[in-house]
Amino acid sequence: MQPFELVRAPSPSDAAQLTKDEHTRLIAGGTNLLDLMKLQVETPSRLADISRLDCAEITDTPDGGLRIGALVTNTATAVHPRVRQDYPVLARAILAGATQQLRNKATTGGNLCQRTRCFYFTKIDQPCNKRDPGSGCSAIEGVAKLHAVLGTSDQCIATYPGDMAVAMSALDAEVHIMKEDGTERSVPVRDFHLLPGDTPWRENELGRGEMITAVTLPPPVGGAHYYRKVRERSSYAFALVSVAAVIEIEGGVFTRADLAFGGLAHKPWFDPAIGAVLLGKAADDALFDEAADVLLQSARGFGENDFKIPLARRTLRAVLTQAVEDAA
Amino acid sequence: MSTTRTENDGKARLDDMKQGVLGEPLPRIDGLAKVTGTARYAAEYPIDNCAEGVLVTSTITHGTVTRLDTQAALTMPGVIAVIDDSRLITRAVQGTAGEAPQQAPVTVCYWGQPIALVVAESFEQARDAAKRIHVEYDASPNPSLSPDDVTPEEQEDDTVSQGDLEQAMKDAAHSVDVRIATKGHASAAMEPHAAIADWDGEELTVHASLQMLNYNISELADALDIPEDKIRLIARFVGGGFGSKLGISPDVVAASLASIKLKRPVRVVLSRQQVFQCIMRRSETTQRLRLAATSEGKLIGFGHEALVSNLPGEEFCEPVLQSSHFMYRGENRELMLNLARIHRMTAGSVRAPGEAVGMPALEAAMDMLAEKSGVDPVQLRLMNIPDKDPENDLPFSSHKLAECLRQGADAFGWDAGPRKARQRREGEWWIGTGMASGARIHNTMESRTRVTLSADGTARVETDMTDIGTGTYTILAQMVAEMLGMDPAAVRVDIGDTRHPRGPGSGGSWGASSIGSAAFLACRAIREDLAARAGVAEEALDLRDGKVGGGRTLVDVLGGESLSHEGHYKPAKAQEEYTAAGFGAFFAQVRVNHFTGETRVDRMLGAFGFGRVLNRRTARSQFLGGLTWSIGTALTEALEFDPRDGHLVNCDLAEYHVPVHRDVPDLDVVLVEERDAIASPIEAKGIGELGMCGGAAAIGNAIYNACGARVLQFPITPDSVLASLPRDSCKLLREAGAMRGLA
Repeated sequence: MQPFELVRAPSPSDAAQLTKDEHTRLIAGGTNLLDLMKLQVETPSRLADISRLDCAEITDTPDGGLRIGALVTNTATAVHPRVRQDYPVLARAILAGATQQLRNKATTGGNLCQRTRCFYFTKIDQPCNKRDPGSGCSAIEGVAKLHAVLGTSDQCIATYPGDMAVAMSALDAEVHIMKEDGTERSVPVRDFHLLPGDTPWRENELGRGEMITAVTLPPPVGGAHYYRKVRERSSYAFALVSVAAVIEIEGGVFTRADLAFGGLAHKPWFDPAIGAVLLGKAADDALFDEAADVLLQSARGFGENDFKIPLARRTLRAVLTQAVEDAA
Repeated sequence: MSTTRTENDGKARLDDMKQGVLGEPLPRIDGLAKVTGTARYAAEYPIDNCAEGVLVTSTITHGTVTRLDTQAALTMPGVIAVIDDSRLITRAVQGTAGEAPQQAPVTVCYWGQPIALVVAESFEQARDAAKRIHVEYDASPNPSLSPDDVTPEEQEDDTVSQGDLEQAMKDAAHSVDVRIATKGHASAAMEPHAAIADWDGEELTVHASLQMLNYNISELADALDIPEDKIRLIARFVGGGFGSKLGISPDVVAASLASIKLKRPVRVVLSRQQVFQCIMRRSETTQRLRLAATSEGKLIGFGHEALVSNLPGEEFCEPVLQSSHFMYRGENRELMLNLARIHRMTAGSVRAPGEAVGMPALEAAMDMLAEKSGVDPVQLRLMNIPDKDPENDLPFSSHKLAECLRQGADAFGWDAGPRKARQRREGEWWIGTGMASGARIHNTMESRTRVTLSADGTARVETDMTDIGTGTYTILAQMVAEMLGMDPAAVRVDIGDTRHPRGPGSGGSWGASSIGSAAFLACRAIREDLAARAGVAEEALDLRDGKVGGGRTLVDVLGGESLSHEGHYKPAKAQEEYTAAGFGAFFAQVRVNHFTGETRVDRMLGAFGFGRVLNRRTARSQFLGGLTWSIGTALTEALEFDPRDGHLVNCDLAEYHVPVHRDVPDLDVVLVEERDAIASPIEAKGIGELGMCGGAAAIGNAIYNACGARVLQFPITPDSVLASLPRDSCKLLREAGAMRGLA
């Protein structure tokens, strides 16, 4: 950890303003940032504490949706009665992540911005294009069991590690961002995270001079909600593959199939074509495979993580099979 | 007064004692201090003017440090010094070495090796400065990184060749010839390695997190090149060791050298990453098992070979075959252990070295033999228990494997009927059961402890023995209370300090039986003094609740005097005429997910025979820990090394997966109590490691029984289960009509 100055941002727009400086980082729960600072993966000269800003509430939106402030803790979101009732996929995804202690500190905004757990990103003595542009990707020929099989580039094969955003992606939530001038913009969660391409250090849409203030969920979407996270250790482990699903089946036919995937890519993976395969059709094994084909059409393994491709297919089958059973 | 007693007199004296506290499930006497945070661990001692040190570690695999540019670091605020003394140690010391390991850190033998120490006023300053030290290297090209890259060295002491195994394999009605791989393990103790060294110009006092102060003081003296009598080591509480703290670690020497040089106290705490990268790994293994059996399942041939690895120059070689030598019958035998020299971090003792990985592989092969021969797995073990050590004809000091198998099977509800894989489903989950035998060699070590019976009728026991969370404090109090007839609360246990008599150290599961025996012998001597005062024979001395023979009080008999004796236990020569081991049986029920290959343990039971139980609560806790490590070995724990520079990539507790609460179901422990008078004067054997010596195979065998995936590696991860599933499992499931719409 390098010495840093700690300041308190008096308002979201001030916080946004402070991030104009490339050496400033916003800190709320700090569950990811502080670890990375100890390893000197992150070396900010200034931390702006935003933990006391007025963004820590969950409120109903006029259209019947829900606004989750950027500083609401993961625990508070997961236990909120409306989240549990109307958006259980989100509660389940959050509870599948980290530990109770971490969830008590981690915030909505911070969770969206968490960095990859790639072994080589977190070791400053190893080449990593994300941490040190142009130095190379150590993971491609290294230990890559946890790495991506979708949307990779020859610059980076890291995964986005979170669970919460996978569920938000299935729910088509919106990220609200305040700019330094006090104006706001919003970005669908599905578009918030970026693929690595030639700029793996750019992980999301958040620019300098911006701060996340909230995530809004649409009016209740109904359906049955699933969050299936596959891992060899049953808690406190990142997903090998995860599936967030909001499914409706009427008369044996899919009438809603919003599916997002974790553990496969540099972002929560959402492709409307996967659900489109299912809609209006009768559930059967062949159909599930067809949906998996769409999901995995461009999948590419790197040796150690080849297994993720059949595992993603099987996990999708598991979720859809369960949904069919529950609907029967 | 001092008394030397080295052997038991053959009488089961402890069972004649009257207090009745030994073996009782007494809560830990240090428990309250631990759960209230008042138990002080090495780094927690408040010491004035303490400087903070952080190790600088190498970023090459093999070569020489040509230049250490400290200029930038030394000008940073708070930075006091950079220590690059040639006495710094490059790796942790192997257990019981008693001398320094390789020093001179300019020679780099593995990625992450300590090469210098930065000392600053604050920990944060030192940690930052350590990253600013520019190191130049002359790197050796292409160091060997994988055991497959090199020609291994045969460990001749472990080689056994009896009869003709190849012929036996041909003659056998049923045979198994299988290769099984296990990944490396980390000890993963909660408390990181840490030391505070304080040189006062005359004497060096070091608070450190260590398991074996009796060896550690010699190791530190050798490393520093100062006499042992100038050193005091203190380790009153140790937050887990699991082998990683048997020998001194680089922090201890670095803090000491810095304190001597700077003439002020210096604290060095390893980061979690450093603990993983520069202390000890358990070697990965590749093993070949050959079992040849008659049509009834009687073994006529037994083969076990293993390949393990370590750094060049290290003597330690994961003793994979340790219990295989005597576990089962089979007159035709081939055992061979090979060691590959590679430039990964030091391999050393990690949680039950040898049997922790050797027994699961053997027991997986036994499960395959059971299937081939159609013999029930429990029955197969029972019929192959040898009457005596099959290699050297020695008798066993005691042998409770059969009782463990029978009692364990009963308690678990083992179905001895015909076994077939993939017979039980609950929704997506295949359910199955499996079992395995367990064994761990028994050792004792020379030990001394002083016991003082004070004039006020209380007692004190003093030794440099450590309690690494196992319960040493408590069993020593119970031993003394039992022998001297008092409430354990009247016994003060003062341990973990080299000012006291030398104990055996905590490791190799020998702690309780060795130090317990020394305490027993010291109390015997005190009893003789008391008997003389009371005018009775020692054998007739009835001590209970602070009274002699139910009449006079101890205080009265002592008449204002204290009695103090040093018990000195030395392993008896007679031990060499026996093969001694603890035995056990493991039973597990697991569920394996048809879709994802995830395994969850539903329930697990272990039955163990290990001599006298000193405390039923702490003994059971030891086994609960062992069963938990068995789950880790079976399902989650694996060190991953980079193929290009050999560095350990998953070097923290987030990425090295020890089991979490949710992975550990209700565990059941059956204590098959026995008396083993050969094993130790107190008739106890080792217990700490036995609980993980075979248990992983019970889980692996249950996975096979559940879903038909015979995975020939540990850990058995979801991807390996899916890769080993029978191709027709989906079809079979559908035919069985288990689930609607199942793919």
